[in-house]
Formats: sequence, structure tokens, C-alpha cells
Amino acid sequence: MAKGVKPRVKVPKSASAGEAITIKTLISHKMESGRRKDGDGNTIPRSIINRFTCAFNGTSILDVTLEPAISTNPYFQFEAVVPEAGEFHFTWYDDDGSVYETKKAVKVA
Amino acid sequence: MTFTRRETLAIGGATLAVATLPGKLMASTSDLIAGVTGGAAASADGIELTAPEIAENGNTVPVAVSAPGAVAITMLAGGNPTPGVAKFTFGPGSAEQSASTRIRLAGTQDVIAIAEMADGSFAAVHKTVKVTIGGCGG
Repeated sequence: MAKGVKPRVKVPKSASAGEAITIKTLISHKMESGRRKDGDGNTIPRSIINRFTCAFNGTSILDVTLEPAISTNPYFQFEAVVPEAGEFHFTWYDDDGSVYETKKAVKVA
Repeated sequence: MTFTRRETLAIGGATLAVATLPGKLMASTSDLIAGVTGGAAASADGIELTAPEIAENGNTVPVAVSAPGAVAITMLAGGNPTPGVAKFTFGPGSAEQSASTRIRLAGTQDVIAIAEMADGSFAAVHKTVKVTIGGCGG
């Protein structure tokens, strides 16, 4: 597992049924592109998050395939519909096989 | 004013290089789009790409893409060592087929976004971003 990986997600605490909400996600990750060289001229091996998914109560919202051209600390902002009260499930997949997960519950007002 | 043979050749060569350069860049952009669409024609409507005209730091360039009714949006950066940037696949829970993120650009180049619509058609858009400091750490 890469060091210091911390997912941060911003989701409104409550929404009205059927409302479209904006979700912002950020995960601290170096996103080593595999093209940089260290002081001795050796290539630093690639180590990135290659996939990010977001689902609400099991319904897929967004599935992103990431390439090395995504910046350090990958950030995503997107829109989702809240049909009922439930939970957003965010998942990041690292090159080294680790999976980072976080969940956010939303109430329907 | 008379030119020696050497001067004439040099001027001719320079003119030729300048004339072929834009054509070459355009071709690579359309080649990349064709690579994603599988050769199918892509319309210019129905997709919007927001990117800065000038990015000071190529390491984090904020970009936003929006294509109502799209199933997936592929983003490419033709001037990077590897052109792929990201592919967004929208599920049934998405409210609006839009997303924003931050990308790396190696230098001044075209950023391309290609949307695959629900009916199988494609829409493509590209925007030139000037990069002051490249983001590939070469």
C-alpha cells in the first residue's frame, strides 16, 4: 500500500428526493507517472491509481479509468441523483492492488 | 538582391517546415479522435470542454467536460508521451454527464474530449492549452 493515502469526499448531508447533487472527491496519492527519473538517472516505476468508481446504493454513477496523465492527488467533481436515502460508496484501485474505500450517507429531507 | 544557391535552399527548407507543421498537428488530433471512434465521424455539437487557455504549471491543469446524454467520455492529450488521460463512464445514477478533474500536460498541445452517446454516435471537441512549464518531470 502506498504511504499516506487518504481519501476525502464532500457530499451534502441531506437532499430532497430526486435532487441532483455535486460530489467532490480527492485522494492524496503521488500518481508516479513512470516517466520521472531519480538522482541517479534510474526511472522511478509507475505507481498510480488506475480506477475510481462511485455508486449509490449499488447503482453505478461514475467509473473512471485513470492514466498517468492525471495529476498528483486525483480530484474529481461530478453530479449524481439522490432518488432515496442511502449511501454513496467510493472506491479507488491502486496499481499495487490496494483498494481504498470510503462511504457517505445521505438523508432525504 | 541575389541569393546564393545555399541561401535559396535554406529558405526553401524553412518555408517547407513551417508549412507542414500545422498540418501535422491537425492530423494527429484527428487520428486520435478516429482511434477512439473507430473511424466513425464525430460531430462537433453536444460536448463541451473547459480548459484554461494558458496553464502556468503543466502538472495540474484543471479541465471540465460535459456532454448531455453521453455514455462515456474519453479525454486525450496528443502532446503527452502517452496520449491517454482518462475515460469517464457514466452510470444510471449520474445526474448530468459532466466531470472535472486535474491533468498533466507535457507542453503546449491540444486537449481532446470524445463523447460516446447512448445511440452509438460520437461527439468530439478539442482545445489548445498553452503550457509554460511542462508536467512530465523529464
